[in-house]
Amino acid sequence: MISYIFRRLLLIVPTVIGISICAFAFVRLLPGDPILAMAGEHGVTPERYEILKEAFGYNLPIWQQYLNYLGSVLSGDFGVSLGTKRPVLNEFMTLFPATVELALCAIILATVVGIPAGVLAAVRRGSWLDQGTMGLALTGYSMPIFWWGLLLIMFFSSYLGWTPVSGRIALNFFLRPITGFMTIDSLLYGNWPAFVSALRHLILPTVVLATIPLAVIARQTRSAMLEVLGDDYVRTARAKGLSPGRVVNVHALRNALIPVVTTIGLQVGALMAGAILTETIFSWPGIGKWMIESILKRDYPVVQSGLLLIALIIMAVNLIVDLLYAVINPRIRVR
Amino acid sequence: MMTDISKPVPARPKGARAAAFSEFWHYFSMNRGAVIGLAVVGIFIVLALFAPWIAPYVPEQQFRGFDKLPPAWTNGGDLRFLLGTDEVGRDILSRLIHGARYSLTIGLVVVSIAATVGIVLGLLAGYFRGWVDVAIMRVMDIILAFPSLLLALVLVAILGPGLLNAMLAIALVLQPHFARLVRASVMAEKNREYVTSAKMAGAGHFRLMTITILPNCLGPLIVQATLSFSNAILDAAALGFLGMGAQPPTPEWGTMLAKGREFISSAPWIVTFPGLAILITVLAINLIGDGLRDALDPKLKRS
Repeated sequence: MISYIFRRLLLIVPTVIGISICAFAFVRLLPGDPILAMAGEHGVTPERYEILKEAFGYNLPIWQQYLNYLGSVLSGDFGVSLGTKRPVLNEFMTLFPATVELALCAIILATVVGIPAGVLAAVRRGSWLDQGTMGLALTGYSMPIFWWGLLLIMFFSSYLGWTPVSGRIALNFFLRPITGFMTIDSLLYGNWPAFVSALRHLILPTVVLATIPLAVIARQTRSAMLEVLGDDYVRTARAKGLSPGRVVNVHALRNALIPVVTTIGLQVGALMAGAILTETIFSWPGIGKWMIESILKRDYPVVQSGLLLIALIIMAVNLIVDLLYAVINPRIRVR
Repeated sequence: MMTDISKPVPARPKGARAAAFSEFWHYFSMNRGAVIGLAVVGIFIVLALFAPWIAPYVPEQQFRGFDKLPPAWTNGGDLRFLLGTDEVGRDILSRLIHGARYSLTIGLVVVSIAATVGIVLGLLAGYFRGWVDVAIMRVMDIILAFPSLLLALVLVAILGPGLLNAMLAIALVLQPHFARLVRASVMAEKNREYVTSAKMAGAGHFRLMTITILPNCLGPLIVQATLSFSNAILDAAALGFLGMGAQPPTPEWGTMLAKGREFISSAPWIVTFPGLAILITVLAINLIGDGLRDALDPKLKRS
């Protein structure tokens, strides 16, 4: 197992270097001039321009700029945002919990609904229940989630007035972040109205972000269950006279879950892509919205380090999923 | 992989190809959803091809005094504008019909680029292995490490917003899936007897890759192409929605949504219909994809 982990970690090194080169190169390729962007509307004199160019190291050869960037990243310095003048890492750290809170809720919803739906569809294969569930799943999978979000806002927020339109919490609450998770923080402060408000703000974005993973998990669970239900050991369990519930839930589901776990893990990248759209629609102050705004505003350091951080996190999660997979599926370890 | 590849069948007679197709069609047509999907896509293709003749108006034409008209069947609707008009008085139905041209073109162009590049890279990686494989697959890993939409956004920001650049960016983001798939199939096929026998007969690398091996990897590729087609439409609409895809007044569905967003409480139909058009198209293509997978996957056929 240790050697497996070690091998996986070694494999990651070239990819991480590649990711950092890409993030660095993309930002150099962006049209516009970082120094002029920094100066804003006032502009700079040519002399000042040269001074700034030197101060930020833009006069150095490109490979040296890259090495400098890599050096400062390794020492924890991810640059300073041109817009807010705050360190990129600080901004990332304040916004990241918002995205994690949303993504976690979405993946929990997707799992809690998706797995039972997939199991039910598989057990009642060919019934109207199966067809209905799978029809819904395919619709969810085909959903343009930005439109789906707008529809839900139109119905639940504008028409029924049940849920707020945007943000994480009503403006009259101010909670100093402890965990950065609005729902948990409000409970830690014992502020019940704040918790309710946070929860109400969370519902629609969660549903929107969960839609595609939910569909994927339901479909994957169904096909994994179908495969397993035909296996010999399930037939044996049935022949032993075990109750159908026990056969499905204990004998079949446990084995069917192995590929489903990987599927759930692989949704992390998709969740990040979904977060960009979901956070934009609901003005959710997370890193997805932050990234798109930074791209539109040409906030070079934020785009560069944001890309790097997001890719690294996705890689880390995928690695953890791989290792988890090895833990629950011993067959992989011996390889 | 719809033919039994363990038998050496280098040159199939014409009848066999027709038989293979009719076998495929037999399985495909058993899937009701897939047939419905095919019909819907067919309708959209007709709409796209003959848009100027089918659409009641020119998509850019603004009717003064008719802005934000609701659909014809609701209160205050006008029969001349079946699905209503948008914020500057353009007929939504006409814009949607013309929009079908963009979405289908996007799917076609993106899949053609992504599949071509992906197939070439996958063939090279899977056939030659060694450092070629390592180099190509590491690059694919790097592309896949970024969230697809985020990477596409950055690429469009570099290339400049617009439909063509959006298509290029999406193609680049989607092609690693083709490369990985082809590589895996090539590695599985490479050591089969029919490949060895072709090699003995003196076939060169190029011939072995393209004529001997590639046709036997076609099944999963077709399914992947279908999935990528719908992903391309969704991603292009998302880019349009974020203002980085097709630019207004292009009647691209995602771009239409971006403008209509400001009016979701006063004129909800402006966002409802373009989104519905995206959903129906993507759903139809995914239905076809499911049908294709079932028909082309020999493992599922037996069950």
